[in-house]
Amino acid sequence: MIWNETKECMSRDEMKTMQGARLNKLVDRVYHNVPFYRKKMQELGIEPGDITRVEDVANLPFTTKDDLRDNYPFGLLAVPQSQIVRVHASSGTTGKATVVSYTRKDIDAWQECVTRVLAQADIGRNDIMQVGYGYGLFTGGLGLHYGAENLGATVVPQSTGNTKKLVDMMVDFNVTAIACTPSYLLHIAEVIEERGLRDQIKLKAAICGAEPWTEEMRLQMEEKLGIHAHDIYGLSEIAGPGVASDCQYHCGLHVYEDHYMPEIIDPKTLQPVGEEQIGELVFTTLTKEGMPLLRYRTKDLTSITYKPCECGRTLPRLSRFKGRSDDMLIIRGVNVFPSQVEAALLEVNETTPHYMMIVDRVNNMDTLEVMVEVDEKFFSDEIRELEKLTKKIEHVLRTALGIGPKVKLVEPKTLERSMGKAKHVIDNRKFD
Amino acid sequence: MFVKQLSVFIENRKGRLEDVTNVLKDNDINIVSISLADTNEYGLLRMIVSDPIRGKQALRDQGFSAMLTDVLAVRLPNGVGKLQNLLCHFNEAELNIEYMYILATGSGNDSMVIKVSDNEKAASALEKAGVVLFNPDEAYAIHE
Ligand SMILES: [Zn+2]
Repeated sequence: MIWNETKECMSRDEMKTMQGARLNKLVDRVYHNVPFYRKKMQELGIEPGDITRVEDVANLPFTTKDDLRDNYPFGLLAVPQSQIVRVHASSGTTGKATVVSYTRKDIDAWQECVTRVLAQADIGRNDIMQVGYGYGLFTGGLGLHYGAENLGATVVPQSTGNTKKLVDMMVDFNVTAIACTPSYLLHIAEVIEERGLRDQIKLKAAICGAEPWTEEMRLQMEEKLGIHAHDIYGLSEIAGPGVASDCQYHCGLHVYEDHYMPEIIDPKTLQPVGEEQIGELVFTTLTKEGMPLLRYRTKDLTSITYKPCECGRTLPRLSRFKGRSDDMLIIRGVNVFPSQVEAALLEVNETTPHYMMIVDRVNNMDTLEVMVEVDEKFFSDEIRELEKLTKKIEHVLRTALGIGPKVKLVEPKTLERSMGKAKHVIDNRKFD
Repeated sequence: MFVKQLSVFIENRKGRLEDVTNVLKDNDINIVSISLADTNEYGLLRMIVSDPIRGKQALRDQGFSAMLTDVLAVRLPNGVGKLQNLLCHFNEAELNIEYMYILATGSGNDSMVIKVSDNEKAASALEKAGVVLFNPDEAYAIHE
């Protein structure tokens, strides 16, 4: 179902006109209310009146995560504190947390977009949905929660932590939808399988996000649980989950550009790249009041297409994320993303998609070891067969990564199942 | 006719072998014979036990990769040339031996556990040659 046909199916011309008008107002707002942006624009010699069309966005300054940290906590507010109704924060692994402030209208826009995501996954008021994201400063739990309430679904605010209880309630409440990270859903699927409850669950849809996952992983969870799984993308700096999501055709994530306007740039030259070219995703928050951002660099790598989608939406689509520039490892001079390892492993039937990459440096040479779990269904009692499997995985990984890793088979269920962002890399190299 | 061998994948970590034997002890399962094939990284433990089906389940419940494989348990009289004679039958039937180890019977006539490329073919070749196989229940109950 399409929740907001006016916005989601608007013609491209109308959308660009609307975006141009919104951008013009946004620039005016930040210029007059946020000293940080006024200074940046003055340095570039731009005045608010110069930005009238959507194409003019390319003349505006970028914003980075460091800018957010430097202005911690409320330095980028464009409204008085009295208009802020909520804050969220993401804890950085280094330095200060990133704090984001929302006005009532910001919360409403975000909630509307999450509702579009759920409607897109064919979830409606008759559904019972477990929210398996953390509640609190993290945007995942509350973001999905308000979107689902706005839709009229019955929300079970499960949060993370107690998987047994989650599965018990899934059965007892006839839960039909769930929102959680993809790795947590795979863990839940394992628990359901172990407890033999597959026939007793009524689940039909899952909204998965907060970490990158692959098409193969989607097909695997759809088969394991008999559901449709949708990818939800978002980041707290922009709003939270619900900035983009895929429709039933799973051909990219429709991005809600009437609120959150995307661009794709080359991360080195900072110049825009063409349609369907991979680059860094950048957002301008067209309608935000509390803490609007111009050209925020997400560090997420993807590509965009404006071709019409079979579902009828005219919203552009982002391709599946190719990883984060932060997660990128440089091993023997080659760029390697953990998501590539995961995608490659899913091609090999005999393993589970759980893995651990161990990067080290021996005699000035980078080494990569990938620990892989042997699926007990395919485990063999012959060393020769296991060696063959090791070679096969090494070959698949070498083809996918462009460098040759050493594969180590480990016992099933020994690698960490993460509840939040999956931890798949140990880098033992010392660079000082 | 075939004996069910219980195989377990174990990483070369301290105490893993003992963990396996512990699970079997707790479930009151006797190990009749055992063989450990190992590489640098992991080992494959192959066992004839008193109750292979329950043994497999108990190990899986504890998170081990365990499986059952059909193998031949061949009676082999003690004496010069007996093993050679047995292997001769396999060669003639063009069968490959994947692995073999001793089935400890505790009596003078020890026996062999053998995994070949084709169990059915091997069994009929041995039958023709007059070699006697253990039947499974007999093998599981050795030492009891
Ligand atoms: Zn679509």
